[in-house]
Amino acid sequence: MIRLTELPFDPGAELTRFCAGRTASGAIASFVGLARDAGGGATALELEAWPGFTEARIGAIAEAARVRFALHDLVIVHRTGAVAPGEAIVLVLTAAAHRREAFEACDHLMDYLKSRAPFWKKEHGPAGPRWVEPTARDLTDAARWD
Amino acid sequence: MARVLLFGPLSDLAGWRERTFAPAPATLSQLKAMIARADRALGAAIDAPGVRAAVDRELVAGDIGLADGAEVAFLPPMSGG
Repeated sequence: MIRLTELPFDPGAELTRFCAGRTASGAIASFVGLARDAGGGATALELEAWPGFTEARIGAIAEAARVRFALHDLVIVHRTGAVAPGEAIVLVLTAAAHRREAFEACDHLMDYLKSRAPFWKKEHGPAGPRWVEPTARDLTDAARWD
Repeated sequence: MARVLLFGPLSDLAGWRERTFAPAPATLSQLKAMIARADRALGAAIDAPGVRAAVDRELVAGDIGLADGAEVAFLPPMSGG
C-alpha cells in the first residue's frame, strides 16, 4: 500500500494495523523518518510531488522490492506539502517470513525513496529557503542495491 | 504545441510551473532549444546533469520524437524521505 498525504499521520497506528491478524509473516521491519528542526523556522520542510507520477514510480520501486526480498506485504506512507519539525515524513513497513529480508527490504526502499522517488524538498532554515539535493552518501547508499 | 511542466528548483528559477510552447517541436532537443531561446538560464538548468525528462509521464533517456500535444516534464535531482 502506497499513500501520499498532506496531513500528519501516526506511524504507531499504521504499524499496529499492519501487524493485525498477520500469522504467516515472522518479521515486520519499520522505518520512520522525522523532519528535523532546520534551525528554528516554523516550517521545517516543504515536499513537492507530482501527483499520479510519484505514486506510480514508488509503485514500481515497491513491486521490484516485493519480488527481490520475497516480501509478504509492505506499506509506504510519505508526506507532501509543509512538514513541521518532529513530524513523520516517511514510513516504510515490510513483512517477510524472516527478519533479514524484512530489514534489507526496508533499508533498500528507504535508499531508493531518498534519491530515486520523484520528490523535491525545500528546507526553510534561518538563512532562508533552499532546495535539498540528494547527498553523495544518498547516491552511494542507493547504488549499493544496483 | 508541447506542454512543459517544471518541478522543484526549476519552477522557482523559471517563475512558472506549466507552460505551452508552440509551434509543436518535433523532438525533445528542439523543445529544449525553444526553452533556451525563451530563457537562457532555464535552458542551461534543464540540460544540467541529474535533470531527467519525462514525456507523457514516462522517463526518457536521450533525444526522442514528440507528438503534437506532448506533455514534457523536467525533473531535477529527486530528494525524498
